[in-house]
Amino acid sequence: MNKLKLLFVTVITLSVFDSFASQGKLLATPGVSQVEGSGGGGIVPWAQLAGYASEDEFAINGFCSRADVTDYTLDVCGTQINLFNRVELSYAQQNFAVPALDTEIEQAITGVKVRLYGDIVYSDWPQLTLGAQHKSLDDGTVATLVGAKETSGTDIYLAASKLHLGAIAGYNWFWNITTRYSEANQLGLLGYGGANGGEKLLFEGSTAIFLSREIAIGVEYRQKSNNLGLGEQDWHDLFVAWMPNKYVSVTAAYLDLGSIAGAAEQTGWYLSVTGYW
Amino acid sequence: MLKLIPVIVFTMILSACSNISNLTLYQQLDGQAGLERLVDSFINQIGNDEQVFHYFEHANISHFRAGFLNHLCVLTDGPCKYTRDSMVEIHTGMHITEADFNHVVDLLINAMNEQNIDHTVQNKILARMAPLRSQIIKI
Repeated sequence: MNKLKLLFVTVITLSVFDSFASQGKLLATPGVSQVEGSGGGGIVPWAQLAGYASEDEFAINGFCSRADVTDYTLDVCGTQINLFNRVELSYAQQNFAVPALDTEIEQAITGVKVRLYGDIVYSDWPQLTLGAQHKSLDDGTVATLVGAKETSGTDIYLAASKLHLGAIAGYNWFWNITTRYSEANQLGLLGYGGANGGEKLLFEGSTAIFLSREIAIGVEYRQKSNNLGLGEQDWHDLFVAWMPNKYVSVTAAYLDLGSIAGAAEQTGWYLSVTGYW
Repeated sequence: MLKLIPVIVFTMILSACSNISNLTLYQQLDGQAGLERLVDSFINQIGNDEQVFHYFEHANISHFRAGFLNHLCVLTDGPCKYTRDSMVEIHTGMHITEADFNHVVDLLINAMNEQNIDHTVQNKILARMAPLRSQIIKI
C-alpha cells in the first residue's frame, strides 16, 4: 500500500502545478484511465493517448481507481506520460484484496503505446494505436497455487477508435475496438497461462454517446480466456464519465466481471479519477 | 458474439432516437441574423484570447467577419454561394498548430454556448467544419 500512497501524494502534488497543463486536444477526447494504467475507458485500452498533449506538447496525468465487486476489491493508482501525442508511457500499481482469505495480491504494470495513424476527431480513418503492457506480480504465491505457469507476462494490443461528430441525432458518438494478445488470468492478478493454455487473441470494445461536451455514457466489453479452468468469464461495464474541464475527469461504472477464482457473479461499482497536467 | 448484444442494442436505441428535422442548419440557427450574432460572439472570444489573438492581430476584422459569415452560410445550407478566397489561400503562412486550431474550436464552442445554440446543432456545425482542418493547419 505504500506505493499507492506515494502515487496518491504525487498526484496531489502535481495538481498544484496545473499551469503546466497542456490543453491541445478537444475536451474529453483523450478518454480516461483504464485499470491497467493505459489511456482508455475503464477496462479497455483505447487508441487515444492519455492526456491533452497535441503533437507539440507533452502531458503528465495521474489517476486512482477502485473496483468493488461482490467478493473482491481492486485499487489501482498510476500515471501516464504523453510525449507529443505519439508515445504514451504508463505505470500502474494494482492492489487486489480478497477479504475472505485475508490476502492482498499486488501487481505492477508498465505500459507503452504508440499512435500509428490518425486523430479520433479529424482523420478520415479511425485513429490506430499499438500498445504493450508488461505486468509483474509482486508475490506469485496465489497465482502458482491456482495453477498459473508464470507470474509475469506481456500483453500486446492494437486499438482503433473514432469520434463521429453529431452522428446520432446530433450527439457525438464514440467507439473503440481493441484486439489483445495475452495469456493473463484476471488481468494477471492470478498469473499467466495455465492448464488450459496460454496466449490467445482476445476482443475488446467500447462505445459511448456524449450527452453534452462534459458527460458521456457508454458500455464496454472485454473478452477473457479461461487458462486456469476456474470459469473466468468476459467482463462488461456500463459507465458514465464526467469531464468538466481539461484538468480532471471522474468515471463511475457498474461492473459485471462474471466468475473470479471460482466465486460466481462478481458485480459491483467502479470509481476512477484522473488529473491532467 | 452473444456478449456483443448489449453493445449493439445500445447503439440501436441511440439511432432510434434520431428525429429527422426538415429545417436546414441555417434555419435552425435563425438565418442570417443568428449567424451574425454567432460570428460577433466568436470575434469577441478571439479578441479576448491571449493564445490565438496573434494570428488575427493584423487581420481586417470586417473582412474576416464577412468572410466567415459567407462561409458559415454555405456550410449550413443557407442561400449563399462561396465567394471568398480558398481555405488554403487564407491560412498559408500562418503555421497554425494542432493545439491552436483546437483552441479556436473551443472558442467557437464558447461562442455557440453564448448564443444558446442547441448542443446537437453545435455538433452538426462542427461535423461540417472538421474536414476543413487539413486546409487550415500547418501551412
